[in-house]
Amino acid sequence: MSILVVVEHDRGTVAPATFEALTAARSLGEPVHAITLGASADGLVDQLAAHGAAVVVQAHHDLLADYGPEAWGDTVAQYVGHTSPSAVIATGTDRGNEVLAHVGAILDLPFVANCLSFDTAGAFDTAGAADPWQITRVRWGGSLLEQCELSATTKLVTMTHHAVEATESPGIASTESFAPSLEPWHGRSVVVDRVERAAGVTLATAPVVVGGGRGVGSPEAFAPLEDLASLLGGVVGCSRAVTNNGWRNHTDQVGQTGTRIAPDIYLACGISGAIQHWVGAMASKKILAINTDPEANMVAKADYAVIGDLHQVVPAIAAEIRRRRNA
Amino acid sequence: MRVLVCVKRVPAPGAKINITADGLAIDTAYLAFTTSPHEECAVEEAVRLVEQHGGEATVLTLGPAEADEQLRYAASLGVAKAVLLPIVGADWDPQRTAAAIATAIAELESADGPFDIILFGNESADSGGFQVGVRVARSLGRPIVNGIKGIEVVGDGTVRARRESEVGLEVYALPTPVVLGVKEGINLPRYPTLKGRLGSKKIEVGQIVPDVAAGGQRMVTLLPAAEQVGATTILGHGPDAAAAVVDLLEELGVL
Repeated sequence: MSILVVVEHDRGTVAPATFEALTAARSLGEPVHAITLGASADGLVDQLAAHGAAVVVQAHHDLLADYGPEAWGDTVAQYVGHTSPSAVIATGTDRGNEVLAHVGAILDLPFVANCLSFDTAGAFDTAGAADPWQITRVRWGGSLLEQCELSATTKLVTMTHHAVEATESPGIASTESFAPSLEPWHGRSVVVDRVERAAGVTLATAPVVVGGGRGVGSPEAFAPLEDLASLLGGVVGCSRAVTNNGWRNHTDQVGQTGTRIAPDIYLACGISGAIQHWVGAMASKKILAINTDPEANMVAKADYAVIGDLHQVVPAIAAEIRRRRNA
Repeated sequence: MRVLVCVKRVPAPGAKINITADGLAIDTAYLAFTTSPHEECAVEEAVRLVEQHGGEATVLTLGPAEADEQLRYAASLGVAKAVLLPIVGADWDPQRTAAAIATAIAELESADGPFDIILFGNESADSGGFQVGVRVARSLGRPIVNGIKGIEVVGDGTVRARRESEVGLEVYALPTPVVLGVKEGINLPRYPTLKGRLGSKKIEVGQIVPDVAAGGQRMVTLLPAAEQVGATTILGHGPDAAAAVVDLLEELGVL
């Protein structure tokens, strides 16, 4: 038996979460095979071997030249059909979850998304696979955990991002080629065009995020937050209440259904700290809440707080920065 | 154009999620319920598609009898028909949910013809299984792409759909009939009008009682996530705290 890891990559650039999936796969004590889809990923063998892949399966087909959820799903499902691995592990990302959902649908197997850990020490069946697995996974974007049992001949799981720390396990991988049988219809859901984003600091990568909530009060009142963010080389984010009011674009929304941020410091201004927002902000290294309500959830969960009206506090911080820079 | 939108009734938690004593559900005694956020936008998108291209939108949910509330909310925004797949007790697992929805869709389509576009939310806010839409689409033999933040019907039976990626946008050109998993941000949902609210009280909610076997994922218990511990350091009150804040920013090296 083996464990199959689906390598997430975009036209040959590997997604770092793949190494977390490989690390999780190694912990199961069976040989780890990694499958790459499309010739653009052929150059990844050494990186995959360094993270413990014993075999790299290179799937080649014209319809795998770019990402397509149906073509990727059928390719992985066919390989699983040929080799019957005890588990398939993928990244808990948009693509990883999407591909394994397809594999589960095609093979009529259960699929458990966004796992934190799994315990395979249950009773072993005759095929040598532990059944069921005891799994801990995230719900509500990470604010609640679920323990569940997964019973299947081949277990399909994705690892939630940062659940395990990727570590290396240097080795040499052999390669094998796999030619899936794909039909022209598989091409209907392959990417046909792309629009590249302009380079610059994004909400997801900014070292400082200045967030505004309902307490900001209007679209115009975000100007002092913009000013502070630009002084700090950061960007402005907002809560779902703000986007629902039409004050700012959804691209600025921090939260479960918006962007997950991980800045060095998050300045949360006039934000109550509902679950929806908190799960998007909780990976911040430090959080400073500015709020009139000392009992606000955001204040309780933050590392630091200023109790006061953001409309006075934010401009005062900006003025103090300018004063020290000019001193 | 015939559009179907599938939604889920979920609790609307505030700052904290409490678990029931048996560990099998979240304590909703003091919570309101809502339509899962991605699906709120899917409903809005369904209504917009019909406004632009004519036809009719239908909303469908698998859930408790109380999910009638979410169906009527969709109706108050302009969805014409509503279908409830009633279940009793705990949430169904994703395989079982998808099988029930696929069966119901086949029944609706055999009566009134195929849906050109079926919309799901990318994932539900509560269980977050990331798979029901994909399983339904596969079962119906239709294309599906998830994570959609833009839909454009370009004629000749093609839908152009946009999704965000790490580096920008990906564009897909999909033939109808098609299934799409949409994400919040695709639109800004409208609020219901008074006329819409009144009208939604009168619509007849169809029922299709699902009868499918459980899948291979079984929930055992819910657990609270580890809370971040440690007290909050209060840097001060009002604008006088600015100096302490800037001291902190200097200390953290972000200035």
